[in-house]
Amino acid sequence: MALAPLAALVRKDLQIFFTDRRAVVLTLAIPIAIASFFGLLFQGQGDQEAARVAVAMVDQDGSGLSKRLIAATASDKALAVTQPSLADARAAVLAGRIGVAVVIPAGFGDTAIRAFIGQGRNADLELLTDPSKGAEVSMVRGLLTGHMMGAVTQEAFTGASSRRLLDEGLRSLDTSDVPADQRELLRRVFESVQALSRNQETTGTPARALTMPFEVRETQVTGLPLRQYNGYAHSFAGMGIQFALFAAIDLAAGILLERERGLWKRLRSAPLSRSTLLVARAISGTCITLLTLLVSFAFARVVFQAPIGNVGGFLLVTIASSIMAATFGLLVAALGHTPAATRRVAMFVVLVMVMLGGAWVPSFLFPAWLQQLTWLVPVRWAVDGLDAMTWRGLGFADALVPTGLLLAFSAVCGALAVWRFRWEEA
Amino acid sequence: MLAVRDLRKSYGRVVAVDGASFSVESGQLIGLLGPNGAGKSTTVAMIAGLVTPDAGTVTIAGNPLRGDTDPHKRLIGLVPQDLALYEELTAAANLRLFGSLYDLRGRPLEDAIGSALLLVGLAERAGDRVKTFSGGMKRRLNLAAGMLHDPQILLLDEPTVGVDPQSRNAIFDNLEYLKGRGKALLYTTHYMEEAERLADRIVVMDHGRVLADDTLAGLRERAGRDAGPGASLESLFLAMTGRTLRD
Repeated sequence: MALAPLAALVRKDLQIFFTDRRAVVLTLAIPIAIASFFGLLFQGQGDQEAARVAVAMVDQDGSGLSKRLIAATASDKALAVTQPSLADARAAVLAGRIGVAVVIPAGFGDTAIRAFIGQGRNADLELLTDPSKGAEVSMVRGLLTGHMMGAVTQEAFTGASSRRLLDEGLRSLDTSDVPADQRELLRRVFESVQALSRNQETTGTPARALTMPFEVRETQVTGLPLRQYNGYAHSFAGMGIQFALFAAIDLAAGILLERERGLWKRLRSAPLSRSTLLVARAISGTCITLLTLLVSFAFARVVFQAPIGNVGGFLLVTIASSIMAATFGLLVAALGHTPAATRRVAMFVVLVMVMLGGAWVPSFLFPAWLQQLTWLVPVRWAVDGLDAMTWRGLGFADALVPTGLLLAFSAVCGALAVWRFRWEEA
Repeated sequence: MLAVRDLRKSYGRVVAVDGASFSVESGQLIGLLGPNGAGKSTTVAMIAGLVTPDAGTVTIAGNPLRGDTDPHKRLIGLVPQDLALYEELTAAANLRLFGSLYDLRGRPLEDAIGSALLLVGLAERAGDRVKTFSGGMKRRLNLAAGMLHDPQILLLDEPTVGVDPQSRNAIFDNLEYLKGRGKALLYTTHYMEEAERLADRIVVMDHGRVLADDTLAGLRERAGRDAGPGASLESLFLAMTGRTLRD
């Protein structure tokens, strides 16, 4: 491959890129602006308190259990609890202002305690939900289950109404179909609970037992002595790769535009190999993408203290990601016809790749089969590799697999581009 | 210097060039005439190595042209019909790039750029971006880019399309100068008067075939025979290619 023409072609592309200074500024600034915004959203687990999920608790029961349940949910840092009327709660869900309203119907407390001690059916708890907020509903359902178990246990064993219900339970034991040996054991349990309840009432000392038996302690696991997860590092990785692929579309459109303008006739008339022409484009595209990624991460490092755990590994993954984007651009140019049509189709493909790569929506929300599919998408390898070398703080060795996959993808794209490129210039 | 023998190229069922043969000697300008779709541009593209012929040969100074990197391609300069220039770059930067593709570098490259710009009257605009140029200036720069590496053969595909008479005349002067320096020029055009002014021999093509290959005098004589005394080259052209409108 002739190096002097190759260098001249690369220099030409870089000259053209830097000629339009406004475009250069935008090329660098837009990924930074969008990544900063996403970083701000994902950074909620840091010093700033995460946004609470709004929940309406409609208490039509007024029992000790319903009050315990509302108190427990109100003390949950993940929830913002209000107590509107049923009509207001329904209207708020309908309007999308809240995702879930919990309706505690009249008689809920008694029914739930009876069910807890094996007397009667389970109590009904109604959730009014916004169908567009499935994640919030799932989260509230999980938290509510935990709070409910705690509240029912405490109310059944220590609540004022429980003695009456236990009396009922004791009376009905004799006529129940519980086996005789179990019946006697249950009688002792109920009587002990009644005794405990009376003891609390006379001494005024709440029972030390019968509380939630564990506390959750979170430790963020990274390879660095980080105080906390840095959401900016991840968002700059995701958005950086997204804009690298957008740059690849520009590269492809540029090649097709050059063909429309007859420039490829002049280039092809020179004694140059086909690979020289495409490799030059790949090199210049890689340089421009690399510059964009490095400037973005430098900004994230300085402004948001986004960590770079392993500089060598980071550079390796960044270079491989840039090569991947550039060769993808070559393939798009090889398969495309007109710049406008190619840009639209390629934009669709890139957006799908970015979405599957987990840059927008966490991939755990995808169906299982789709989650498997994401491992075929180079965006995921690039983002995972950058995550590993930045906030995860993993070592250089952990950069090798994503780098290898990205370079293999690049080789396939490059080979297909050379094969499928429309070389004939009639 | 340039010989084309039995060139053939088809696109599916459409035969673009069908057994074309002609030659161009040093110091000679051949006018390649034909209506739209006659096969002129495809023929030029095959000579320049842009399109691979289905059959036939292109020989440069006696050497058959083989492949993209054939060193004999250095002997060819192409001036495409399109304004094949990077508008964002200056005139000098364009020529610097195109010269580098032929391994020109350093002082020889800068000298070649200076000479080419001087020849086409753009020396004072060397540092200006091409997008600020008029159509005529771009055409002249297009010519300069094709001859920058001092090729022995210059392929000119309708190089005067859309230019004002001044620029057109300047291009003609440039071509006559190049012919005088012993270059072999192949010039495709629709304009009879351009061929009459510049060409030593005229090749008329239609439907991919060479219909005539003769000197201007020979063609005039033939026109007189076929179309009557005093008949113009254009009337002969129309007699050979017909009056049916072409796409």
